[in-house]
Amino acid sequence: MSDTNSVAIMNQVPDAAAGVRAESPLHHADLATVAHKGNKIGGVHFREVGLMGHLTLRCDPNNAELIGAAARVLGVELPLTPLSSVESGGTIVRWIAPDEWLITVPNDQSFDLETRFRAEMSGHYSLVNGSGGLTIYQVSGENVVDMLKKSTPVDLHDSEFPVGKVVSTVFAKSGAVIRRTGANEFELLVRRSFADYLWLWIQSASAEFGLVVEA
Amino acid sequence: MLHIYCPHCCEYREEEEFHVKGQAHLARPLDPEACSDKEWGEYLYFRKNPRGLHHELWVHAAGCRKFFNVTRDTVSYEIKEVYLIGEKPSVVAASVSAK
Repeated sequence: MSDTNSVAIMNQVPDAAAGVRAESPLHHADLATVAHKGNKIGGVHFREVGLMGHLTLRCDPNNAELIGAAARVLGVELPLTPLSSVESGGTIVRWIAPDEWLITVPNDQSFDLETRFRAEMSGHYSLVNGSGGLTIYQVSGENVVDMLKKSTPVDLHDSEFPVGKVVSTVFAKSGAVIRRTGANEFELLVRRSFADYLWLWIQSASAEFGLVVEA
Repeated sequence: MLHIYCPHCCEYREEEEFHVKGQAHLARPLDPEACSDKEWGEYLYFRKNPRGLHHELWVHAAGCRKFFNVTRDTVSYEIKEVYLIGEKPSVVAASVSAK
């Protein structure tokens, strides 16, 4: 067994059978009730996709062996073009830096994926499970770009920000990884510690357009 | 606000995504023990403060978190060149004064 395979990994998904309850970073906001009582029409739609598996992979993009091994594990090639992403099934791989990718999978697959990475890859690389520290906000609607323009300096025009593009940037007084998933659909990857602040920010920034919460 | 080209993300971004990290091309003495106090002190504390071209280290703090070098005019704030760590600047004081 090589050194890299002896890394201790544990299943971080709470075991419901053992009575451990998983709570997303916006659990306290009770979005189900807000969605039930709140607006049904509006210019901005909001949904939290919590409790996903988030893995950060770092390795040398010029190391064909590692890049090939990662592609075998993921089933798709790592996006090597700056600011791009690939999606396959429920797996999304985002380019973060020339030697860094952020992978999200449904939470119940993250332990399996991490185990396969450890088995398949060897040498100089890093894989960190940051599932507990991140959450995803899906924002959409005809005024979603207007809302985002109030929050981030990135150019969101279709010609500069096509579907599939990923940028890490400043968002309000915090940061976010923004990915365009459709003409009027974006996904914001935010830190758990900023989740409540950004949820309040988005409510405020969306107020003039009408905010529809989905759950 | 400066509009800065990140050579890793390969596009222009707003200044608020970046931090400046001071003078570029600072080489740590290979044998610190052999340095005189003056040499070590100058390496540690003394920095250029030119009027005109300045080579600086910047980091794309809110983006890819990678470092790169910027050649900037401290009078006009104009960015003359952006280049990767390990590369030599093509815009230097001599090439500008020759124009």
